[in-house]
Amino acid sequence: MSSQARELTYLKAIVEAQREEMLRDERVILIGENIDIYGGSPLFDTFDEKRLRNVPISENSFAGMGIGAALTGLRPIVDLTIASFVYLAADQIINQAAKLRYMTGGQLSVPIVFRACTYYNICNAAQHSDRPYPFFMNVPGLKIVAPATPRDMKGLLKAAIRDDDPVLVFEDMNLWTQKAEVPTDPDFLVPIGKADVKIEGSDVTLVSIAGCLPRVMGAAHGLRAGGIAAEVVDLRTLVPMDRQTLLESVAKTHRAVIIDNSHRTGSVASEVSAVIAEEGFHSLRAPIQRVTTPDVQIPYSAALEKPLYPSEERIVAAVKRVL
Amino acid sequence: MPHEQQSSESSSSQGRLTREAALEGYRRMVRIRRFEEEAMRRATAGEFSGMHSSSGQEAAIVGACLALRDDDYITGTHRSHGHPIGKGADLKPLMAELYGKATGICRGRGGSMHLADRKVGIIGESAIVGGGIPLATGAGLSIQVRGSDQVSLCFFGDGAANQGTFAESLNLAAIWKLPVIFFCENNLYAISTPVVKSHGQPDVAKRAGGFGIPGVIVDGQVLSEVYEATAAAVARARSGAGPTLIEAKTYRYDEHCLGLQVPIAYRTAEELAAYRSQKDPLSLHRAELARYGVNAGDVADIEKKVAAEVAEAVSVARESPFPDPAEVYDYLFSNPIHYPPDSGR
Amino acid sequence: MSLPQHLKVEAYRRMLRIRRFEEEGTRLFKEGQIPGAYHGSIGQEAAIVGACLALKDDDAMTGTHRSHGHPIGKGADLKALMAELMGKESGICKGRGGSMHLADSSVGIISESAIVGGGIPLATGVGLSAKVRRTQQVCLCFFGDGAVNQGTFHESLNMGSLWQLPVIYFCENNGYAIVTSLASSHGQPSIVARAQAYGMPGVAVDGQDVTAVYDATSEATARARRGAGPTLIEAKTYRYDEHNVGLLVPGKPYRSPAEVEEYRTRRDPIVLFRQYLMADGFTEAQLSAVESEVAAAVSEAIRFAHESPLPSPEKLFEYMYSDSPAVSVK
Repeated sequence: MSSQARELTYLKAIVEAQREEMLRDERVILIGENIDIYGGSPLFDTFDEKRLRNVPISENSFAGMGIGAALTGLRPIVDLTIASFVYLAADQIINQAAKLRYMTGGQLSVPIVFRACTYYNICNAAQHSDRPYPFFMNVPGLKIVAPATPRDMKGLLKAAIRDDDPVLVFEDMNLWTQKAEVPTDPDFLVPIGKADVKIEGSDVTLVSIAGCLPRVMGAAHGLRAGGIAAEVVDLRTLVPMDRQTLLESVAKTHRAVIIDNSHRTGSVASEVSAVIAEEGFHSLRAPIQRVTTPDVQIPYSAALEKPLYPSEERIVAAVKRVL
Repeated sequence: MPHEQQSSESSSSQGRLTREAALEGYRRMVRIRRFEEEAMRRATAGEFSGMHSSSGQEAAIVGACLALRDDDYITGTHRSHGHPIGKGADLKPLMAELYGKATGICRGRGGSMHLADRKVGIIGESAIVGGGIPLATGAGLSIQVRGSDQVSLCFFGDGAANQGTFAESLNLAAIWKLPVIFFCENNLYAISTPVVKSHGQPDVAKRAGGFGIPGVIVDGQVLSEVYEATAAAVARARSGAGPTLIEAKTYRYDEHCLGLQVPIAYRTAEELAAYRSQKDPLSLHRAELARYGVNAGDVADIEKKVAAEVAEAVSVARESPFPDPAEVYDYLFSNPIHYPPDSGR
Repeated sequence: MSLPQHLKVEAYRRMLRIRRFEEEGTRLFKEGQIPGAYHGSIGQEAAIVGACLALKDDDAMTGTHRSHGHPIGKGADLKALMAELMGKESGICKGRGGSMHLADSSVGIISESAIVGGGIPLATGVGLSAKVRRTQQVCLCFFGDGAVNQGTFHESLNMGSLWQLPVIYFCENNGYAIVTSLASSHGQPSIVARAQAYGMPGVAVDGQDVTAVYDATSEATARARRGAGPTLIEAKTYRYDEHNVGLLVPGKPYRSPAEVEEYRTRRDPIVLFRQYLMADGFTEAQLSAVESEVAAAVSEAIRFAHESPLPSPEKLFEYMYSDSPAVSVK
């Protein structure tokens, strides 16, 4: 594999992944609303409306249309724009995409990617600020990824597009301007189903979900300055979850703090907690801690909204509770 | 079972059924009718759980299917048995699927509401009402992107015409002139709710104008009428002129599903009797066959062959093994792609 | 059913209130005093006010993310609206809703939904409630051209018509959904042509003419009140600014500057109506008085908003449920 890399933002990584895969495989098409001004716009330099389909506002059906195209020889990417809109498409995603292979005993294949971007902490109020990853974890037949770095974003999106199963890709708009070195190899992939240890440590395992990563890293650096060596495990794939990496880390550190910006009840953190409690119980020397967004509708006013999401302070406080 | 030649032999240049196609149409309608009657008997006897019968709707289904090629796609509904049979599928895997056997068309994982036979072009029989309409639209999109001359036909009922997916999908197909035929089997009732109690305006085809596409109403009990309208819509789609909405006014003899209790009658015994005696699609088509010069002997021959086929399908189904519970995870996902050994960090 | 004399000045006043509120709000947004995203209704005032004036005080309304004009059109106090934009506790939604959700229930607004098409079923339900409770209320449902393709439009209009519900389905057709033109997203360009599919009347009206909008909506409300069911009204209108303030539109413009200019200079609803009023016998002094009053009301609203306190984080969980338990944030 080539070791060439260049600096790329998270947002550009999304565009580049799509461009490369569309060049590589003519069956890949992009379906979404206003793609000519949002993330898809640079693609119009290379492709035309045959493969870049700007759709009317009709989420359930254009998601289903993508599925129908996937059933019949194409490999669509369906962009649902803001993550709060995935509920409109939920019936087609859940009752069709996730189930058609199984229900037909393997006759049908659904090689489709659904992308949705979480917008939050920007005073967009309750109907635009959801982080819906947990809902879909309860649906067998879907793969779900939530990358938090430009490198992982590019590699996972490419892997999702090449995957023959339906994959939900949750992006985070708060990470759009993050920059990092990303390999230029057009076959660079990050495997679906593998978590990533971003920082090694031995005192506590910090499991980071989706866009929490920058704050988790910040907390880890702060803790290290205070003599606490935290290990940061970036989950990256929510389904299928990399239980092995999680359990290996907890076996080493004996303490787990899970940071997830979805709402507390039924969060990704809840499932991670259950896995660790069930399969790693004897490694633990303290209760598992979840640092999540509380169970409240997201308010508009920044005075109310800003304190809600996991912060470095809350992460450090959770660590202190278990040490 | 090899598929019969389809539209290249189905019609003369005027779009009318040839004699051979008319006969094939009769054969398929009989296959649906006998399959459904036998399945209803077997389900009633407890040999498998439940089904949604298409008896009475055969001409609507087969008339549409005869206008399609082998490589054209269809999507259907929970009332799924008629569609694969109409498209020429082998009865044995269909019956085995009803019995939940490993030899079933969906390996026992789909069942009665999902008799999707991919080999005859079916890409889904959705039990979510209206759920298949976007899928059929997507098949149309795929055809257009790939530059093929296939078409996609979408079966749905009167109930689905009120689902949001109906309007959204017709609009999508209209704006891009996708090669889709939206085919409504309007059997006048969604379970027990009549169309006049659920539709602001009772003719589904009249909704087409709002999307800028043609809407056609046909008598769904007359195979040749259904065939001709569908063939015209298929030709329109293949030419790149876009989608059509066809509404076939048809009728369902049995209840929505086997065993449905109906404490308050939603239709009269007289209405049902009138359809059976005056508007039965098989009877009407037999009269049509006579005009093609087909004699009673040929018709009886078809009946005999179909009866044998159905009996064989039942016996193969009964003798087939159930799927192995240890294999329950098979078909959950495809095989994963292989990553280079040093990737992952 | 022309605009009655006693409503003419009120129409002017309300359109101007929307215009000045949006102009000032846009300025405050650009200065960073209003956060989030700002979707203004400048250019659409006649469509909004003409419809609202045909309603009674106890009639209900639903609207969209482009929510500011609707409560103002229905006569709401500007102070609580401006305070809401600034996220203050004195805001109409106590700082919890914000710009996309200026639902003022004191003027009958049930919802301003930021999910496109999300309010249409709600309005249909309000109509159902009015019918079941045997009141004479109607519900006016505002939505845009983009919402027409959403499944909820189809499902809701069918039910509204089926049960002859007292709903006015009112499309503010400004020709673009963000940057997507109607021509590229609708199978055929007439929104009213979809009405017959459901068995209800469809009426197209010049949305820049407040009297025409008032006429059409009055007729529709009368129809609804006598039990004859819903109407679909398509008001052809125009949005001067981008979908939201500051939206960057790269590449080829989706609409020509000439088109925007045409509407600003020759189809401005307020200019047109002012001309109508002058021709109708109103004096410069009368109209200037309204203009001054509106300017003062907007300034007052801004002052009120500035001076109001932010919500306190201890009250985060208030308004979650009918009785909200306290939960600590770990």
